[in-house]
Amino acid sequence: MTTTTAPAAERTARQLAENGVLSAAGTTALARLEAEAIHIIREVVAEFDRPAMLFSGGKDSVVMLHLAAKAFWPGKVPFPVVHIDTGHNFPEVIDFRDRTVERLGLRLVVGSVQELIDSGELQERADGTRNPLQTVPLLRTIADNRFDAVFGGARRDEDRARAKERILSLRDEFGQWDPRSQRPELWNLYNGRHKPGQHVRAFPISNWTELDVWRYIAYENIELPPLYYAHEREVFHRDGMIRAVGPFSQPTPEESTETMQVRYRTVGDMSCTGAVRSGAVNNELVLREVAEATVTERGATRADDRLSEAAMEDRKKDGYF
Amino acid sequence: MTITAEAPEKSMRSSGTLFRLATAGSVDDGKSTLVGRLLHDAQAILTDQLAAVARTSAERGFGESFDEEGQPLDLALLTDGLRSEREQGITIDVAYRYFATDKRSFVLADCPGHVQYTRNTVTGTSTADAVVLLVDVRNGVVEQTRRHLAVATLLRVEHIIVAVNKIDALSYSEDAFRAVETEIRQVSRDLRAQNAGAERAQAEPIVVPVSALRGDNVVKVSENTPWYTGEALLPVLEQLPDADAEHRLEEPMRLPVQTVIRPQGGLAPEVDAEAFTDFRGYAGQVAAGRLSPGDTVRIQPGGHATEVTAVRRTGLQQDLVPGEAASAGESVVVELAGQYDVARGSVLTAEAAPAQELDELTVRLAWLNEKPLVPGDRVLFKHGTATVKALVTEVDSRLDLTTLSADNAEQLQLNDIGTATIKLAAALPVDDYVASKRTGASLLIDPADGNTLAAGLISLPEAAEGQDAGSDEDWLSS
Repeated sequence: MTTTTAPAAERTARQLAENGVLSAAGTTALARLEAEAIHIIREVVAEFDRPAMLFSGGKDSVVMLHLAAKAFWPGKVPFPVVHIDTGHNFPEVIDFRDRTVERLGLRLVVGSVQELIDSGELQERADGTRNPLQTVPLLRTIADNRFDAVFGGARRDEDRARAKERILSLRDEFGQWDPRSQRPELWNLYNGRHKPGQHVRAFPISNWTELDVWRYIAYENIELPPLYYAHEREVFHRDGMIRAVGPFSQPTPEESTETMQVRYRTVGDMSCTGAVRSGAVNNELVLREVAEATVTERGATRADDRLSEAAMEDRKKDGYF
Repeated sequence: MTITAEAPEKSMRSSGTLFRLATAGSVDDGKSTLVGRLLHDAQAILTDQLAAVARTSAERGFGESFDEEGQPLDLALLTDGLRSEREQGITIDVAYRYFATDKRSFVLADCPGHVQYTRNTVTGTSTADAVVLLVDVRNGVVEQTRRHLAVATLLRVEHIIVAVNKIDALSYSEDAFRAVETEIRQVSRDLRAQNAGAERAQAEPIVVPVSALRGDNVVKVSENTPWYTGEALLPVLEQLPDADAEHRLEEPMRLPVQTVIRPQGGLAPEVDAEAFTDFRGYAGQVAAGRLSPGDTVRIQPGGHATEVTAVRRTGLQQDLVPGEAASAGESVVVELAGQYDVARGSVLTAEAAPAQELDELTVRLAWLNEKPLVPGDRVLFKHGTATVKALVTEVDSRLDLTTLSADNAEQLQLNDIGTATIKLAAALPVDDYVASKRTGASLLIDPADGNTLAAGLISLPEAAEGQDAGSDEDWLSS
């Protein structure tokens, strides 16, 4: 990772510009978002004693880590990364996570859902979804490591509850978010004061949309786990979603499987993340697809957000990211 | 009114420039409906989001608009996302929305209007290029309207657009609209007269008659208001100049240092260790003006002058060559000639136009906390990347929202706008908010619980405005 634009990225950007996907004005807007995110990352690192960054290997956290690397170049990223492992991850994503951590010379802290299920501290849900179970190991990892600031890659365009989130969000000693008593957030002056036991969640890419993230990935030529691009996979249909056949996601006898060309718009737990039918094998094609999409990424591919009308809000109040 | 439940096909849009909007209005002015309408008619709502709204609307029998099958559709549900908001049918906290047209990308801070949430209006407004203020034509200008106009004027938002809503409820009456328009213009003039420099910085409000419910003058000019000669709301928003960004380029250079980057903590992979052994870079976001290699800057507080030897962009472009400039808004790493004490809290400033270093300030405040402000209060004062202890020595005045006069006051209460004198534990390099939004802004923080108490806008003595840029010795010795 360098501060200069690699020739390959320049070429991609030019091709994208010629194709009308990434206009000069669009690049200006992207530069503004990038500068804002880097400013936020530096503020948090400068003002807190023990920051850490959530890193799942998903596109938003990959972009966030890329921004952090830029923010402190030529120094290395000055904090550890945290992965809350549901135990039901896509193997490609875990592989990508480990390679990235090694490449950047980072310390990886893993909080495990499986360990807490094994020890009886967490109960498997009837529907098999493990995403909501991440809150407990997340809060425990934060407490055990005495992290006082945790970066998350959440974006406000993802969900109505996330649209309400401040860039710096104070969490009480139980990790809870109270949307009714959030601090005013004025100009770019971020107030991170907190009492012992409390911590702050920081969301540097709050103001990015899914399309911005993909524009940035294309422009910066950022590597992602391969499942973000179209590939052949054995799948089955459930609840209107396309689910991969895998160790944690098996069809019932009534559900038939087929091989289909798909890609993933979000990468979460295998037990609740759906694929979309796609022929987008590279960044440019993904960008086109995202720009033309008529369904949001979460609507298309996340079962856990369909649990109730305010599923995300309820999880966030509990301490989810 | 018929709304198709299927989202129209989205075109391959360029994102344009990034324009920040905030909305404001009293409860029940129809603000959420207007935002929902704007997002819907600008085709920013995707199929699943609209389907979810249609489903909830149908379950509850809510909504005054109707989809194709005649089912009610409550557009406010597009934005009111929290449980308690839906229960009460009001907006509680700022929600940020994103939409793009062929001309521009928008970040919309959808702010609640209820009086107890004025802090959220200040939050949304502080970063806004434009404010859309809703007024219910049947109620006219109420106290919340004056408060929101006062906040927008105080915070120096470049553009104020007043949407006079529910015009359909008065049979599209021109007289009713003109009455509100006249009062808005008068209040706005009075407020700008109170804020020195605001006349220069702010244009007259743009006043548009709309019906959020029926879509009149939201995206397209309506046939129901033939007497209205202006444009619809969305085209207005698309065409407003990005004046804040332009002003920031013209202001004297300011770079608050966020952190010092040195190789002791370890170098990033693939960095040439030899070349970076003695590296010492100052990281920050250019708050105002432009910065080039070869420029002479002052290190404030203190005032040492030195040369900028390199500017590294972290942005999308290459590092700077001499003659090229990084502009306001860019995040950079700067190297300086010589060894000086530069740390977080230092500000690099243009040598020809440094900031004033003061340890006593007059600050205009939007008071956002339930605990009132009284003289003798000890607070933390956050300015740029510096936070210092401070003592409130005097509360000078409080704005009366009815008469719009600044009256003598002994304290400021929640939602008050007023002026106070503050003594700082250490001198800070500051600018007048009217001259520079970023380096004239501050926060007052409660040292006990860490909560943000107020938005503070620094107001420098009149004499400072005409300060000769060349008189460096004067300010050094002062």
